[in-house]
Amino acid sequence: MSIPADLKYTASHEWVKTNADGTVTVGITAHAQDLLGDMVFVENPAVGRTLAAGEECAVVESVKAASDVYAPIAGEVVAANADIEAAPEAINQDAYAAWMFKLKPANSADVNSLMDAAAYQALVESEAH
Amino acid sequence: MLKQTPLNAAHRDMGAKMVDFGGWDMPVNYGSQIEEHHQVRNDVGMFDVCHMLVVDVKGGDVRGFLRGLVANNVDKLTVSGKALYSCMLNPEGGVIDDLIIYFMTEDWFRIVVNAGTADKDVAWMLKQAEGRALTVTPRRDLAMIAVQGPNARAKVWEAIPGAQAVSEAMKPFNAVEFQQYFIARTGYTGEDGFEIMLPVAEAEAMWHRLASLGVKPIGLGARDTLRLEAGMNLYGQDMDEATNPLECGLAWTIDLKSERDFIGKAALLSRDINLQLVGLVLLDKGVLRAHQVVQTKHGAGEITSGTFSPTLQQSIALARIPLGIAPGAEVEVAVRDKQLRAKVVSYPFARTGHSLIS
Repeated sequence: MSIPADLKYTASHEWVKTNADGTVTVGITAHAQDLLGDMVFVENPAVGRTLAAGEECAVVESVKAASDVYAPIAGEVVAANADIEAAPEAINQDAYAAWMFKLKPANSADVNSLMDAAAYQALVESEAH
Repeated sequence: MLKQTPLNAAHRDMGAKMVDFGGWDMPVNYGSQIEEHHQVRNDVGMFDVCHMLVVDVKGGDVRGFLRGLVANNVDKLTVSGKALYSCMLNPEGGVIDDLIIYFMTEDWFRIVVNAGTADKDVAWMLKQAEGRALTVTPRRDLAMIAVQGPNARAKVWEAIPGAQAVSEAMKPFNAVEFQQYFIARTGYTGEDGFEIMLPVAEAEAMWHRLASLGVKPIGLGARDTLRLEAGMNLYGQDMDEATNPLECGLAWTIDLKSERDFIGKAALLSRDINLQLVGLVLLDKGVLRAHQVVQTKHGAGEITSGTFSPTLQQSIALARIPLGIAPGAEVEVAVRDKQLRAKVVSYPFARTGHSLIS
């Protein structure tokens, strides 16, 4: 399962990318979509909503189950990807291209507290046992 | 320790994602549940249903025994090979299990029961059989493979030389014994097809033979979306020991007209009927799931099974709601923090690859 080295990760299986403009982009990992199976519904947070770290803010549903998506860090929602709401299967095809929403961090240093690829890899492997 | 079917290694070789399904290590999908669903609706697929249990009831008084044991009337079974769907009730009228009974001869009826209830079912049957001149024999020596879809029968005829001659004229819901095979024109998908019982030792070879003929393996994930589209109840979800079968869409299987007495009959006759099982189609975006609360103008109900329907491309559900709400009515379903709109419909929702919902 691919775990790109240039992203950060949460224990709840979100990936986080830091953008040049200081915002961060959030999606769910390839491992998460593999666990969930065929995606059929995505609900993103509303643009303008302020989120606390760890707050439930979005939902992805596969044929099999619904799963909450959590804010990886505190911040304000500045964009939501309408394309994946229209075509949730894009998450199955490429979880790291199918971003869900973008946050303007309340504190840009918060991203550093997230897991790096090696730590996330270790988490995924530990959950497999 | 999870129980394994004789096809466990074959599933792993074919790339299955395995899950704990009621204590059995079973394939949930082999990649994409949705693709597998369409494969069965449009062509042909095969299911490992070895976790279900075949029970043979043999002896001089089998028919008399079954008259009391099950709620449907086994006297409808007069031709060898004919099958009957029925509930087996407890004295309170709750559903111990739903099952299929095949009539072979007057001293041999074959019953197929659900995986999760198998031990309970056999214990109950043995208890009811006490003092009767008959035997109740679980057949874990038999494997079961379901081949389903519009091309299912043709593929089985290719896989089992000689089977076509004995089963081509056979109508749905009938079975025939042929060599070491028991070939039944039954299934759980709303498609044509066969359920084949065969010796465990031959199961893996048969699975690979069918695969080599282009029959794709299908996991339990697609089995659930297929059966729900076909409007078929799932034990433990749409009915169980706590529910009244007359409120679960099973009234057509409960014989209250004949003089025949059966376990649970008196309890059913004494119960009020306040609920009905209906289909729902979600009008808003989202996915309906079991246990979500349904609000109707006559009070609240509950979804018993819900999923995304690959054929309809929208969410569908079976729900137990108050009487008096007819197809066409709009209801509201609590999905997480929202009230979503759904339409009451008659089920089945889909057959042979097409929507039945207007």
